[in-house]
Amino acid sequence: MESLYAITTGVLTACGLYLVLRSRTFPVVVGLTLLSYAVNLFLFSMGGLTTDGAALINGVKEYADPLPQALVLTAIVIGFAMTAFVVILAMRARSEAGNDHVDGRKHEVGEGRR
Amino acid sequence: MSTHLIVLPVVVPLVVGILLLFQRQGSVRLKRLVGVAATLALLLISIALVARAAGGEVTYYALGDWQPPFGIVLVLDRLSAMMVLLTSILALGAVVFACAGDDERGSNFHGLFQWQLMGINGAFLTGDLFNLFVFFEVLLLASYALLLHGGGKERIMSGVHYVVLNLAGSSLFLISVGMLYGATGTLNMADMAVRLSELPAEHEGLVVAGALMLLVVFGLKAAILPLYFWLPKAYAAAPAPVAALFAIMTKVGIYAILRVYSLVFGEAAGPLADLEQGWVWWLSLGTLAVATIGALAARDLRLLVAYLVLVSVGTLLAGIGIGTPAAVSALLYYLIHTTLVTGGLFLLAEMIGTQRGKAGTRLVKGQPLRQSGRLAVLFFAGAVAVAGMPPLSGAIGKTLLMATAEGAQRAWLWPILLLSGLAAIIALSRAGSTLFWRSTGSADGQRLPRRQWFGVAWLIGAAPLMVALAGPLVDYTDATAEQLAHPETLTGALLNNEGDAP
Repeated sequence: MESLYAITTGVLTACGLYLVLRSRTFPVVVGLTLLSYAVNLFLFSMGGLTTDGAALINGVKEYADPLPQALVLTAIVIGFAMTAFVVILAMRARSEAGNDHVDGRKHEVGEGRR
Repeated sequence: MSTHLIVLPVVVPLVVGILLLFQRQGSVRLKRLVGVAATLALLLISIALVARAAGGEVTYYALGDWQPPFGIVLVLDRLSAMMVLLTSILALGAVVFACAGDDERGSNFHGLFQWQLMGINGAFLTGDLFNLFVFFEVLLLASYALLLHGGGKERIMSGVHYVVLNLAGSSLFLISVGMLYGATGTLNMADMAVRLSELPAEHEGLVVAGALMLLVVFGLKAAILPLYFWLPKAYAAAPAPVAALFAIMTKVGIYAILRVYSLVFGEAAGPLADLEQGWVWWLSLGTLAVATIGALAARDLRLLVAYLVLVSVGTLLAGIGIGTPAAVSALLYYLIHTTLVTGGLFLLAEMIGTQRGKAGTRLVKGQPLRQSGRLAVLFFAGAVAVAGMPPLSGAIGKTLLMATAEGAQRAWLWPILLLSGLAAIIALSRAGSTLFWRSTGSADGQRLPRRQWFGVAWLIGAAPLMVALAGPLVDYTDATAEQLAHPETLTGALLNNEGDAP
């Protein structure tokens, strides 16, 4: 289970990072969302992965760490608010600048080589 | 009441911000009155906090009476008390300045302003790594909205960069907090410090990775060399009172570096002690050099001040890079000075821009200033202070810092710091002579409102005041640095009731 979990988190992070580096705002927003999913998964695993662990310690050895769950909940709420904000901001930027590039201007083809 | 004093800098702005929501469309006068009164109350509270912390005792406030290391705590020591006081002094100047009319360019300025204060104060007071993240988010979310206050293309475009970068930074923060929790099993910073001293060797790599990723996050907030590109544009585009308040935001990053690496990765951490120092030292010198070039190249007064903020970030980080208690004390003195003076200069730039009409703050020929005499005096005082020329406070701060550098560090720091001071003098005198002397046409700008004069004079007045009170101030920062160098007082105060479980 650990390797599957690690691969999932890694693929999500890689996709998120790639999209964040794109030049249009929509992929960037999607990339940030993917990154926050990856982070939530990562946080969830930080107390160690246990299956069928008791939520409350009652003398048993196997138990699920309750703290990461609380932290993930906080992170989800904050991430949700931030995503909503960045979507609105991207729309405002689109209407103000007239295009959806993060720099506010269209790059010409081959501009970097000039 | 006095037991709850520590939590008031967080609760008061929160409650006031919520109350102001009800009056979002209400009378302007009422909103301003509430905003200024709350900031004034914050100032009084933080003075009481400093008075309590000055004795050297570390006190904490356990929310819900869950004792550390299990509950969430707010910790009051000399450093956090000082930072909260600094925030409220800066905020008072900014909020009074905003009452002259900037607050009505968009909606709900005062509520957002209070929430920003809540986030900043919380970040300074918290003793818990995850709550540091939460308060960072609170202050960032408020700052996003404040940066966009009033709208306009410039603000929105720089806002996009600022928001996206900080969201990526938040992800990184969570990852590093997760790694540190996974390795040590705690989020309380004092408890983490204790557990690091008995860390099993196989977890060491995890902790180093987590700690250095935290440095990236704090570096993004503090605007260290490769991570500063968002700052000049965002600060130059923000409304003046917001830009002035943002002067403390880079210092939140500096504070976090200082706190986390002195407390968690202090002497007790064994092989992990001071693992940030080498990085911070070289990056600080790079930041200084690049920011100096930026200041020389800036064609706009606001941009120039934004680059001067970066220069100050480099100077402060150099203090962390040296790392001795004397250097930390010097950097704390310089931190107070630079926060207030650069905040004042942002406000002053707005006033100059208003009176110059169409030319604004751009360094080109424009119409003469109507009240040029008074503005020039303030600009001159601010420029002397921020460039680090005697007799104002910048010179004292820089001298204290330079005196602590030894050997090879001295050979690097002295030339770069002194040259950046020279460059600041050149840039500021060029800006000043263009703004005040190169003018055509008639002065038909409006007379500036008294509230704006108060805001600027309040902040720039700190420079001569800090010279007059340099003795007691340096005594306090010396004691603060001493306290930071001995984190065991803090861990002892927080964790002493271990064992007698309820």
